[in-house]
Amino acid sequence: MGEMEQLRKEAESLKDEITAARKAVQDLTLQDHVAGTAVVGRVQLKTRKTLRGHLSKIYAVHWGDSKLCVSASQDGKLIVWDSYTTNKVHAIPLKSSWVMTCAYAPSGNMVACGGLDNMCSIYNLKGKDGNVKVMRELAAHTGYLSCCRFLNDNEIITSSGDCTCVLWDIETGSQKTVFAGHLGDCMSLGVAPDFNTFISGACDFTAKLWDIRDGQCRQTFGGHESDINAIGFFPNGNAVITGSDDASCKLYDLRSDQELITYQDSGIMCGVTSLAPSLSGRLILAGYDDFNCNIWDSLKAERVGVLSGHDNRVSCIGVTPDGMACCTGSWDSFLKIWN
Amino acid sequence: MYDKGAARGVYIHWSSCFAEFWLVLECTMAKNNSLHPNSNGETDDSPNMLVYRKMEDVIARMQDEKNGIPIRTVKSFLSKIPSVFSGSDIVQWLLKNLCIEDQVEALHLGTLMAAHGYFFPISDHVLTLKDDGTFYRFQTPYFWPSNCWEPENTDYAVYLCKRTMQNKARLELADYEAESLARLQRAFARKWEFIFMQAEAQAKVDKKRDKIERKILDSQERAFWDVHRPVPGCVNTTEVDIKKSSRMKNPQKTRKSVYGLQNDIRSHSPTHTPAPEAKQPTEEELQEQIKFWQAQLDRHRLKMSKVAESLLSYTEQYSDYDPFLCTPDPSNPWISDDTTFWEMEASKEPGQTRVRRWGFGINEVLKDPVGREQFLKFLESEFSSENLRFWLAVQELKKRPIREVPTRVQEIWEEFLASGAPSAINVDSKSYDKTTQNIKDPGRYAFQDAQEHIYKLMKSDSYSRFIRSSAYQELLQAKKKKSKNLF
Repeated sequence: MGEMEQLRKEAESLKDEITAARKAVQDLTLQDHVAGTAVVGRVQLKTRKTLRGHLSKIYAVHWGDSKLCVSASQDGKLIVWDSYTTNKVHAIPLKSSWVMTCAYAPSGNMVACGGLDNMCSIYNLKGKDGNVKVMRELAAHTGYLSCCRFLNDNEIITSSGDCTCVLWDIETGSQKTVFAGHLGDCMSLGVAPDFNTFISGACDFTAKLWDIRDGQCRQTFGGHESDINAIGFFPNGNAVITGSDDASCKLYDLRSDQELITYQDSGIMCGVTSLAPSLSGRLILAGYDDFNCNIWDSLKAERVGVLSGHDNRVSCIGVTPDGMACCTGSWDSFLKIWN
Repeated sequence: MYDKGAARGVYIHWSSCFAEFWLVLECTMAKNNSLHPNSNGETDDSPNMLVYRKMEDVIARMQDEKNGIPIRTVKSFLSKIPSVFSGSDIVQWLLKNLCIEDQVEALHLGTLMAAHGYFFPISDHVLTLKDDGTFYRFQTPYFWPSNCWEPENTDYAVYLCKRTMQNKARLELADYEAESLARLQRAFARKWEFIFMQAEAQAKVDKKRDKIERKILDSQERAFWDVHRPVPGCVNTTEVDIKKSSRMKNPQKTRKSVYGLQNDIRSHSPTHTPAPEAKQPTEEELQEQIKFWQAQLDRHRLKMSKVAESLLSYTEQYSDYDPFLCTPDPSNPWISDDTTFWEMEASKEPGQTRVRRWGFGINEVLKDPVGREQFLKFLESEFSSENLRFWLAVQELKKRPIREVPTRVQEIWEEFLASGAPSAINVDSKSYDKTTQNIKDPGRYAFQDAQEHIYKLMKSDSYSRFIRSSAYQELLQAKKKKSKNLF
C-alpha cells in the first residue's frame, strides 16, 4: 500500500472512531428528555410594521439595536431604518448593486456590506459632516461575499464564495486571520455571544466552529444533504442552529459534539434561507423559499406557527437583541416587523 | 434527436418529442441520484432541483390511477373540456394524502406547485390554486422545470406570433402578451421574417392535430410560458439566488430551445467568478487532516442527557424574558405603542425583573451597563474592585484603534500587574509569565490569559458575594426609596 493510501485509510478509520465516540454519549436523546415537557402553545405573530422603500429583492437585514436595522437590496441601496417609526435614517447608494449581505456594528457607528464585488465595504454612519461615506474597502477574497459580522469597530469577520472566512482589521484594511477548511462556498456565519468563536455554514453541507484568536477549526458538523444557507448560535452559546436547501434545520450541540435534533416536515419542500432564535432559544424562526417563515419549538421539534405575508421568497430574518420583535426581508422588496 | 432535427432545419412540433424525451429523462435521472458534492465541491443538483424532485414525487402520487386525483372530461355547451379536475379536488387530495394540517397549508402548497407549473388553471394565466370548482390540468413532463428550461425570447416571440395566427377566441392574446409581442417585434425587427416563418410552420402542424388533443397541448404550452414569462406582478419561480447561480454546473443540461431556433441572444446575468476547484488532498494536507481528526477524537464529549437538561433549563429560565412567550412588563412597545419598556431599560434605575436576571450568571451582570455599575460599586465598598476593573480595562482595550494599543497595554500593566502596582491583581504564575512575554510586543490580546484567569476568579468569588450581598438583595426586593412628590 502506498503512503497516500495508508494515510487515507488512517483518516477514514479516525472518522469512524469519532462516530463511535459520539454515539457513546447518546445515553438519552433530546426528544426523550423533553417528552414530559409540553409543546409551546400556538404562536401567532402579527405584522406590526411594513418597511417600504426598496425597489428590488432584499437579500439581507441586520438589527443594530432594538429599533434600528440595516437592509441590503439588489436595487443597489443599503437602507438604515428606524423600524419603530418606519423612517429611513440613511439611504446609502452602493457602487455594486449585486449586494448579498449587510451588517450593523454593535456600537451603532458603522455598517458593512458586500456581494459579487468580492469586497466588504465599511460605511461610517457617524461622520463629521453627517454624510455617510465609505470608510474602508476590504478586498482580498476571490469569491463573492456571502456574509459579514462586526466584532467591534475595529474587527469584522467575512465569509465568502471562495470557501474561506476572514478576520479583518478595519483600520489597516488587512487580513488578520484566514479561516480555511471548507470545501464549498461559505454561505453564512454567526459570532458566539462571548465573541471568542464563530461558526460558518457552507455548500460542502457542513458547519464549522472556529477559534477567532488562533484561526483553528475546533469542530465540524455534518448531516445536512445540501447547502447550509443559514447559521446561528443558540442563545446559551453552547449549541448551533443551521438551515439548509434540504428544507430542514438542525440543532448541533458543541459540548456533546453532535446533532441533537432536526426540524423538518414532509409538507415543507423548499429550502431554508435564514434563521433566528427567540431570546430564550425556545423558538426558532426560519425563513423559506416558499415565501413563508415557520416557527419551531426548538426542544420538541414541532411547528408552532407560520408567518405568511410575503409575496416572494423570505431571504433574511433577524430578532432584536431585546427579543421584542423579528424582522423578515423578502424578494418582494418589503421588510416586515412581527411580534 | 430533437436538437439534431433543429440543426437540419426541419420544423418539428415540440409535442412529438415526448416519447423519446421520456426515455432520455429516465436514463439521466437514474444517473444523477447522488446528493453529495463530488471531489470538486460541485453538485449535480441546483437547490431548485431538490424542490422539483419533491414536487414531482407528489405529482406522481396525484396521477396514480388508484389513489390519485380523478381526472375527467367535462361536457360544456357544445364542446368538451378534456382531462381536468377541480381546485377542490386538489385541496382534498393534499389534505388526505400528505401530513398537512389545514386548508390554508394545502392551498399554500398547491399554489406553490401551480406556480412552478406542475398543474395549472385552464382559463387563467395566473398560476394559483383556488379551493373551488375552477378546472385544472396536469402539465406534461416535457415542460417540467426539472428539465432546466431557459427559453429564449425568440422562442417566446414565435409562440406569441403563432397565437395571433389562430382564429380561436380562447387563444387571443391578453393585454400584457400583446405588449410583449410589440416589444419583441421591435427588438427582433431584423429577424422577424424568420420568426414569422417558424410561427407559420408551428401553426400549420397545430391545425393538423385532433381537436381534443389540441386543446390539451395548447393549454400546456401556455402554462409553460406562464411559468417562464409570468403575468406582470406574478412571481417568476424559475429565478435562482445569485449566490447559487454562480455555482451552477452543466450548462449543456440547460434547454433553451422550445421551437428549434438558433439563438445567439444571451440572457442578462451578472458576471461571476467560477468556484475554486478543490483538488485531491496532498500528503501534507492528509497529515493535517489526521492531526485534526485525532484532536477531535480526544476531545471530551458531554453526555446528551446533560446537554438536553441544560438546554431545557436555559429556555425555562429565560422564557419570562422572551417577549414571544411572555408578555413583557409593562407592555411590548411594538404592540401597545408605549415605549415605557425601552425608557426603563435606558434608565439608571433597574426594575426587579432586570435585577433578577443578573442572578442567572456573571455574564448577565457584565452584559448590562447598570449591572456592571452596581457590581463595581459593591466591590469598591469591599475594597476588592481591582479584578473587575482589570477585566473591564482589558475589554475596552480590545476595541481600541491599533495605534493606541501599545500605550494602553503599558498603562494596564503598570496599574494592575507590575510589581508595586496600585491595583495589584492575583494571577497564576503561568499566565503571569505569558503576559510578561506578550507585553514586549503588545497587541489587543496581550492580557487574554490573565483576563481568563481573573474571569474565573470573579465568577466563583466576587460574583457570588455580590449576589448574596444586601445591596443586591435590596435591589431585588425593589425596596422603595422615599418617593418624590411629583406635584
